Amino acid sequence: MEWFRKAKSGIGTLIKRDTPVDLWVKCDGCKEILYRKELAANKYVCEHCGFHFRIGANDYVKLLMDEGTWQVMDTNLRSTDPLKFTAKKKYKDSLHDAEKNTGAHSGVVAGIGEIKGIKTSMAVMDFRFIGGSMGSVEGEKIARVLKRGLQMKIPSIVVAASGGARMQEGSLSLMQMGKTSAIIAQLHKAGLPYISVMTNPTTGGVTASFAMLGDINIAEPGALIGFAGERVIRETIRQNLPPGFQRAEFLLEKGMLDMIVPRKQLKDTLASVLSHFI
Amino acid sequence: MPIPKGPHLEFEQPVVELSMKIEDLLKNSEINAADVKDLLAKKDSLQKKIASKLSAWNRVELSRRSGRPYTLDYVQHLFTDFTELHGDRYFGDDPALVCGLARFNGQSVMVMGHQKGKDTKESIRRNFGMAHPEGYRKALRCMKMAEKFHLPVITLIDTMGAYPGIGAEERGQAEAIAKNIMEMSVLRVPILCIVIGEGASGGAIGIGIGDRLLMLENAWFGVISPESCSAILWGDSSKKMDLSETMKITAADLFELKIIDRIIREPLGGAHWDPEQMYRILKGVLTEELEALNKLQVDALVEKRLNKVTSIGQFAG
Repeated sequence: MEWFRKAKSGIGTLIKRDTPVDLWVKCDGCKEILYRKELAANKYVCEHCGFHFRIGANDYVKLLMDEGTWQVMDTNLRSTDPLKFTAKKKYKDSLHDAEKNTGAHSGVVAGIGEIKGIKTSMAVMDFRFIGGSMGSVEGEKIARVLKRGLQMKIPSIVVAASGGARMQEGSLSLMQMGKTSAIIAQLHKAGLPYISVMTNPTTGGVTASFAMLGDINIAEPGALIGFAGERVIRETIRQNLPPGFQRAEFLLEKGMLDMIVPRKQLKDTLASVLSHFI
Repeated sequence: MPIPKGPHLEFEQPVVELSMKIEDLLKNSEINAADVKDLLAKKDSLQKKIASKLSAWNRVELSRRSGRPYTLDYVQHLFTDFTELHGDRYFGDDPALVCGLARFNGQSVMVMGHQKGKDTKESIRRNFGMAHPEGYRKALRCMKMAEKFHLPVITLIDTMGAYPGIGAEERGQAEAIAKNIMEMSVLRVPILCIVIGEGASGGAIGIGIGDRLLMLENAWFGVISPESCSAILWGDSSKKMDLSETMKITAADLFELKIIDRIIREPLGGAHWDPEQMYRILKGVLTEELEALNKLQVDALVEKRLNKVTSIGQFAG
């Protein structure tokens, strides 16, 4: 029965992938049918229209950090459900499901690694973990990443992907905006670089705190970035929103971003920008 | 005590009816105050009973009750020499967030807060207390001015949220709030923040990072309003009452969670039943709080604030 056991473990690893497991994938941008292996080789960017598929937090670590340099940190932090929040679904159950789906205790991967030899403290948010929302743990992990940047005198990067503050942790999650931003204020004072990378989507309390506070604000092409959700705005003003509203290109035009960088060039761009600061 | 104007909240009705009865009796010249003593005592105990049974949703209703004092009412009654300052110097002036120089017990201060309107016309002009980016940028400009001239900053929070609109997004609502939060965390003068009514989300925290966060007894503060939370989860506002309990948005809940530093008592029935008493209570509290902050050296003050701001959160591991 040796062959049987082997097959089983093979399937197990496939399920843990955070990207589509089908052989073929339809592009959300141009509806072109793409071969998954080629899409993966192209960093999950459509070769026809440049649409950026959503990728997981660890995919960004792999994309940006030099091989063998990444030290993951604070993996043991987890939410205690401080409000005992119960609505449509118990927060405890949402947490449990998210942990099962991602194999992580929170929506942030944090650590230290090297980007083309530049030692950097980095946090990446994971949209699959309750919409990448920011609870106490996520705020704490991002704060620790920034603090390590401050203490070790190295650059900090946060790659955001988030629906905003986590409703289920109420004002505790709201206060994470203050916690993270306060450390960025100290980074400014210490003359240390902090770069914000916004991916699809970056909204709400995350945009209204650390995501907009980079020395350099970078976004992936087409990423939804904004303060209020589209539905809230539409219901408030009772008119249709202009095409491209709250997309990265719109924010660049309005002066909120330094640049839009395709995923394939992200590492080179970060290394190049950081080289001016250190 | 005059009965507050309507519309009355459902749970206020019995007190309003009793108060009207007392008022009617007193109109009769043969009846004097001593004759209605028992009725007044009954009214007091009824109000106390209602106050002890208020649900979280009732407090949300009270926080929005017409007749509740707004920022400029407090400015007028607690401060002297108020001079309003206008404009963010980039785009415009936002009447939804007012800022100005004033004196508090003789000390020069910078005071600011969200301002709602008292009638339809003013409500529209003030955008129902929902500020645009220029409001937050004006607030920051005034805070930096306060820092330059060593004036304490007092912020009064009363908003359903920062305005969600096309112009607000175009002009960087998120950036404006983010920058305020960051700058307030290290501003080198005392900052006192008081939630006087509604304290919703980024709109509240955009002027809500300080040395002390105080809250009126019937105010609410949280990441989202109960109606919006219900709309996100169920598509309509039907579950707002249950949600307002589990969301932990009342002053008592937030004190327990160590989000706020102090609960400020309101007159019986809520601030709108006796605004004059509300002004006296708040003035007493602010005097005490400001005296304590004035005593701190600026480095110690900022360090203490940073420690406070960066230690909020509950987690394991």
